[in-house]
Amino acid sequence: MKAFTYERAASPAKAAEAAVANPGAKFIAGGTNLLDLMKLQIETPTHLIDVNRLGLDEIAATRDGGLRIGALVRNTDLAAHKAVRRDYGVLSRALLSGASGQLRNKATTAGNLLQRTRCPYFYDTTKPCNKRKPGTGCAALNGFNRNMAIMGTSADCIATHPSDMAVAMRLLDATVETITSDGTKRAIPMADFHRLPGNTPDIETALAPGEFITSVVLPKPLGGTHIYRKVRDRTSYAFAVLSVAAVFDKQGETRFAFGGLAHKPWRVEAADALGSRGAAAVAEAALAGAKTTEQNAFKIDLTQRTLAAVFAQKEA
Amino acid sequence: MTMTPTTLKVNGKDVRMTLDPRTTLLDALREHLHLTGTKKGCDHGQCGACTVIVEGRRINSCLTLALMHDGDEIATIEGLGSADKMHPMQQAFVTHDGYQCGYCTPGQICSAVAVLEEIEAGIPSHVTEDLNKVAYSDAEVRERMSGNICRCAAYPNIIAAIRDVAEGDKA
Ligand SMILES: Cc1cc2nc3c(=O)[nH]c(=O)nc-3n(C[C@H](O)[C@H](O)[C@H](O)COP(=O)(O)OP(=O)(O)OC[C@H]3O[C@@H](n4cnc5c(N)ncnc54)[C@H](O)[C@@H]3O)c2cc1C
Ligand code: SF4
Ligand code: FES
Ligand code: FES
Repeated sequence: MKAFTYERAASPAKAAEAAVANPGAKFIAGGTNLLDLMKLQIETPTHLIDVNRLGLDEIAATRDGGLRIGALVRNTDLAAHKAVRRDYGVLSRALLSGASGQLRNKATTAGNLLQRTRCPYFYDTTKPCNKRKPGTGCAALNGFNRNMAIMGTSADCIATHPSDMAVAMRLLDATVETITSDGTKRAIPMADFHRLPGNTPDIETALAPGEFITSVVLPKPLGGTHIYRKVRDRTSYAFAVLSVAAVFDKQGETRFAFGGLAHKPWRVEAADALGSRGAAAVAEAALAGAKTTEQNAFKIDLTQRTLAAVFAQKEA
Repeated sequence: MTMTPTTLKVNGKDVRMTLDPRTTLLDALREHLHLTGTKKGCDHGQCGACTVIVEGRRINSCLTLALMHDGDEIATIEGLGSADKMHPMQQAFVTHDGYQCGYCTPGQICSAVAVLEEIEAGIPSHVTEDLNKVAYSDAEVRERMSGNICRCAAYPNIIAAIRDVAEGDKA
């Protein structure tokens, strides 16, 4: 690990201020992704701003019937929260399918959204990677790319976003609330929060430098049946090869979001509208424009089959 | 690098240290306090050998900085029990041969103690069928213990040990 200085932030605004005052600073929440990457010198912050004791660890009802989740709420607590279990089952399920009990006890809501890709070349500092080192190329394009993205990719990066939680947040149309050093607050819809790689795969979200996440807001519950189905290479403690989050609400409306397909949680309006036509129709709409490699073309079939399993689970 | 003072409450005792900010909780325990029961396997959150219980919750001590835990209560395998006064979970691992080389064992035991508390507290898992009905089962334990890898594959005996303690708790 490279040397860094350490401070404990006194308030969200102060945290954002400190980040702007120290270029090269990073916030540290659970630390489960950042420290992993710092040990490999993929992340090399010169200053760490510890945001763990800011009191952003509560989940409260909003005026319009939704929930405001503090940025520092741990994944375990979010998954186990009574209202989340009851009204946002897909979010509980997505969280519980991720990482391990130990990691979920530490991982936070904001940190989970901002975790970085698991592309093996991003992790291998001896290989070119436009995300880790802009302009060096992408070793995955002609490398081991079985688990890479097939939607929204670019010639510069075909990495996926690895979070399970983010897929459920996207499905539920959550909003990310932030504060900047001058005290400005804004709300970013999940649809716009993560970016596609384009020619700047190193820029992953809509956040400005130093912008601090204070909370994530869920709109009022949709009701209906919530399903999160994750396909992976072993049945526990593994990242998704593919995941499907689905809600079949009481009015017969459906919506679907996918993990493991793209640089961001993947959701397509046209696919949402086709729930009544079944898995094949939804898959076709969701995968329109897919760009596969020889190794990851199986994700097309896998998406159809996983959707079929989701529809079967809904009937069960 | 600024050496920074911090105080941890380890196994019931306050300990003051002055640390390089880079020191993980795991290295603070092992290298500074010589509590070498807690093991370093991967140092990347992938194996669970470093599991300790902080403020009542199990975490991977390799993926957190000691400075982030100033004032926190930390329980390690040494705090759970000793050779002549074993914690029920330690005793059950001995009884059931829940190990071969023993390297993963301190992490397994810390994790197992916390797992039973998590089930008791009604925290659901990936295999919980109804999110609102959390109850002990071997399947629950297998899923919840998946963050603790055992290269010797002592898994069946680990499950037997945990089952024993869970049944003892109910009796
Ligand atoms: C072995 C292993 C297996 C895993 N498996 C899975 C899995 O199956 N599914 C899955 O989804 N995840 C998995 N994870 C990833 C895990 O979910 C993330 O590491 C975790 O959610 C990150 O949260 P954190 O609070 O620890 O983030 P940190 O590591 O503290 O931070 C991550 C990033 O977020 C930034 N940040 C943190 N808080 C804020 C804030 N409030 N405002 C602005 N920026 C902020 C930090 O600066 C940093 O850049 C796994 C991790 C490991 C190590
Ligand atoms: S896919 Fe993206 S993250 Fe992976 S090597 Fe290419 S540029 Fe880097
Ligand atoms: S040493 Fe911490 S998880 Fe392996
Ligand atoms: S007993 Fe050897 S690794 Fe588990």
